[in-house]
Amino acid sequence: MTDLAFDLLDRLPRFDGFASQNPYLKDPELKRSRKVCPSLEDAVRRAGLKDGMTISFHHAFREGDKTINSVVDLLARMGFKDLTLAPSSLLSCNAPLIEHIRNGVISRIYTSGMRGKLAEAISHGLMAHPVNIHSHGGRVKLIQDGELKIDVAFLGVSTADCFGNANGISGRSRCGSLGYAKVDARHAGTVILLAEEIVPFPNAPASLSQDEVDYVVKVDQIGDPSKISVGAARITTNPRELLIARLSAEVMVHSGYFEQGFSMQTGSGASATATTRFLEGYMRKNGITASFALGGITGGIVDLHKKGLIERVIDTQSFDGDAAESLRTSPNHIEISTNEYANAGSKGAYVDQMDLVILSALEIDVDFNVNVITGSDGVMRGASGGHSDVAAAANLSIVVAPLIRSRIPTVVRRCTTVVTPGECIGVLVTDHGIAVNPRRPEIAQRLKAAGLPVMTIEALQQRADSLTGEPRPIEFLDKVVGIVRYRDGSVIDIVRQVKG
Amino acid sequence: MKIVKEALAGTLESSDLLVKVSPGSATGLEVVISSEVMQQFGLQIDHVVRDTLARLGVTAGLVVVEDKGALDCAIRARVQTAVMRGAEAQTIDWSALS
Amino acid sequence: MKLRRSMLFLPGANAAMLSTAFVYKPDSIMFDLEDAVSLREKDSARLLVFHALQLPVYRETETVVRINPLNTPFGLPDLEAAVRAGVDVVRLPKTDCAEDVEVLEREVERIERACGREIGSTKLMAAIESASGVINALPIAKASPRLIGIALAGFDYVMDMQTERGDGTELFYARCAVLHAARAAKIDAFDVVWSDLNDEAGFLKEVDLIKRLGFNGKSLINPRQIELLHNAYAPTEEEVEYAGRVVAAAAEGERKGLGVVSLNGKMIDGPVIDHARRVLQRAEASGTRK
Repeated sequence: MTDLAFDLLDRLPRFDGFASQNPYLKDPELKRSRKVCPSLEDAVRRAGLKDGMTISFHHAFREGDKTINSVVDLLARMGFKDLTLAPSSLLSCNAPLIEHIRNGVISRIYTSGMRGKLAEAISHGLMAHPVNIHSHGGRVKLIQDGELKIDVAFLGVSTADCFGNANGISGRSRCGSLGYAKVDARHAGTVILLAEEIVPFPNAPASLSQDEVDYVVKVDQIGDPSKISVGAARITTNPRELLIARLSAEVMVHSGYFEQGFSMQTGSGASATATTRFLEGYMRKNGITASFALGGITGGIVDLHKKGLIERVIDTQSFDGDAAESLRTSPNHIEISTNEYANAGSKGAYVDQMDLVILSALEIDVDFNVNVITGSDGVMRGASGGHSDVAAAANLSIVVAPLIRSRIPTVVRRCTTVVTPGECIGVLVTDHGIAVNPRRPEIAQRLKAAGLPVMTIEALQQRADSLTGEPRPIEFLDKVVGIVRYRDGSVIDIVRQVKG
Repeated sequence: MKIVKEALAGTLESSDLLVKVSPGSATGLEVVISSEVMQQFGLQIDHVVRDTLARLGVTAGLVVVEDKGALDCAIRARVQTAVMRGAEAQTIDWSALS
Repeated sequence: MKLRRSMLFLPGANAAMLSTAFVYKPDSIMFDLEDAVSLREKDSARLLVFHALQLPVYRETETVVRINPLNTPFGLPDLEAAVRAGVDVVRLPKTDCAEDVEVLEREVERIERACGREIGSTKLMAAIESASGVINALPIAKASPRLIGIALAGFDYVMDMQTERGDGTELFYARCAVLHAARAAKIDAFDVVWSDLNDEAGFLKEVDLIKRLGFNGKSLINPRQIELLHNAYAPTEEEVEYAGRVVAAAAEGERKGLGVVSLNGKMIDGPVIDHARRVLQRAEASGTRK
């Protein structure tokens, strides 16, 4: 034998029986049931969770989610402290976390957004460490780049088998796409599934696969069914929302990108869903179908898909019961992970192939910068979401919003917080008129030629001002309560504590 | 104008305001404002309310405003209506209302 | 030739609506102080409308105020508020005879003098809501040079006729009478409100009928109806193309000093040219029919 062979053989382990690395193979019972834990507490112990570690969740069950609150409750009772909470997003149902933050169970948060009492409390300085606010794609990049190291992921699923094959489209409480959860399953140190139903092996389809899952726990209720899969939102009858929707459909049609095989994305707001209804008429009239719709999928998109007007639906989150059902039944309704959806650091993100996207805004300033996270009172009440991801990559980003909400102007001179930079936004559609970013003169030309009411964004801002009066600037304290991370990980803005 | 009885005007619907006027206990004028947009527009609302009252010649009483994001024109209208109801005004002096 | 296809009704007591309705672009906006406002809120609505009218945004659209009848305690104060606030047109409800218009005109002039508004700048509109009104349609229509139009108001009229709103048969004579009176007096004619917002097909059918009868426009109660109405009134591409040629032929004829102009062998006279101009005006306002 040569020296090289000796070196190699010296370093390699000798065979020591068929099950030396997998001792459970010797136990027929344990072999198949080893992942199923009798309780969540048991799973947490087996996962080896320690103080100071990072835990993660997805938010596909939206305002009906019970996983985040119940898991953190349990961890608090078990005595854990100083944990970093990294859910894909937080909602107003997560208000119970306030107490756990006060008691030191949670000391850091990474999230796409927050609402309600939790957001108010954090905006008023509840936490010592500022919250990191990231986009959907940006979250994946933070994980990939090593900044966000998830130790234990707690993933709520509709059904799972004893090995961890899970999905959100079967069983009683269906959330639809598990796009966010897929990322956690891929990257987390330990993956614990909380399943409302444990079904016979093998469960299919497997959005989360057995080869990424450590433990499976049965829970009674994954979430509040009445808040999870509500049917598709009815098309609004509010005349103002309809007016905006009609204008935005016309902008899409005359943008120059409305051609056979175009791709589209709409948010979940009332005007956005109504836009699809108006768009349908134009698609039929011009004999145009879309190659795919991306998102954030609502029943409105599914409706167009069923009518043959949208060929494929690419789903990262199902917003309602219709979307979840379509994912289950339509072969061309495809579930994708957030990495495939919007990660600037992935080898290919769907947003790069997007033509026309409709986005919302809490504020937009005269440079077209968009704020989707803080209200005009400086309190956080929204989410970064996929906003900056798709705006960066789409051929044309269209922001739709009423010019004034009650007395609060949407178009302002300078955003309270910038989440999406103005250079990514092409058009603003309001009930008072349309503004086109000066960077896109060809778009302005096309819209004017189509007879649409185009004006400067300064004119819109002044109009808002003349109606509401100029709002007094919010007073902030020095303490930083939130850091807004752009999709590439850089810091684009910060949120300071609100005074008073 | 002199407020002689308690009177209400307006509603609590979005973009409206509820104005309650009463003769008040002590001398002088007291204006109490609460608003959904207190931070951004509280000062402006106070200014408009007081200006409207001044033009009507109201120098005494208690005026309580609960604002739901109303524009200045609605604020003026509701305050004027409440005052005229509270003063049991029979005629309208248009120059005082503009 | 002011286009008055759509007149959007706004309840005068609704602060939210008054603060936002200018985004819809009807040809006229009508602030209602009459039937849409309860008795207890008449004073409140009057002041809301008085202030709303003075917002610069409302100067961009023709404004109308429907006052209460002058024989109620509300009518005259409503009129003071409307004229002083600069309304374009005052709409008088329940107009039964020419004298109703004459009385209104006198009061309007008095107020214009008192507040320094240009005499004659406040226009009038008469709403006909009874059998008497329909019978007196022509004298009403000719009662004042300030009148820009007369409107048929369906609800009160059918009650006066002791019948109900139905398929339009109940309005047959009234529509014709109001229309003829308007044309004879060379003013506009407006049709009734369509109140069933869920019946879009019914609305469009009625719009088609009144358009063919010759009505200038219709009263609307919801902004969603504006787009539908404007589209129904929009000329087709062929109509626009033909109208363009008529106007061009007329211009050519005038250049050449011809007394009579012809197009495709047909004589085109004044009324034909006026009609062509109206077609082009509507096309310019809201494009061709979709």
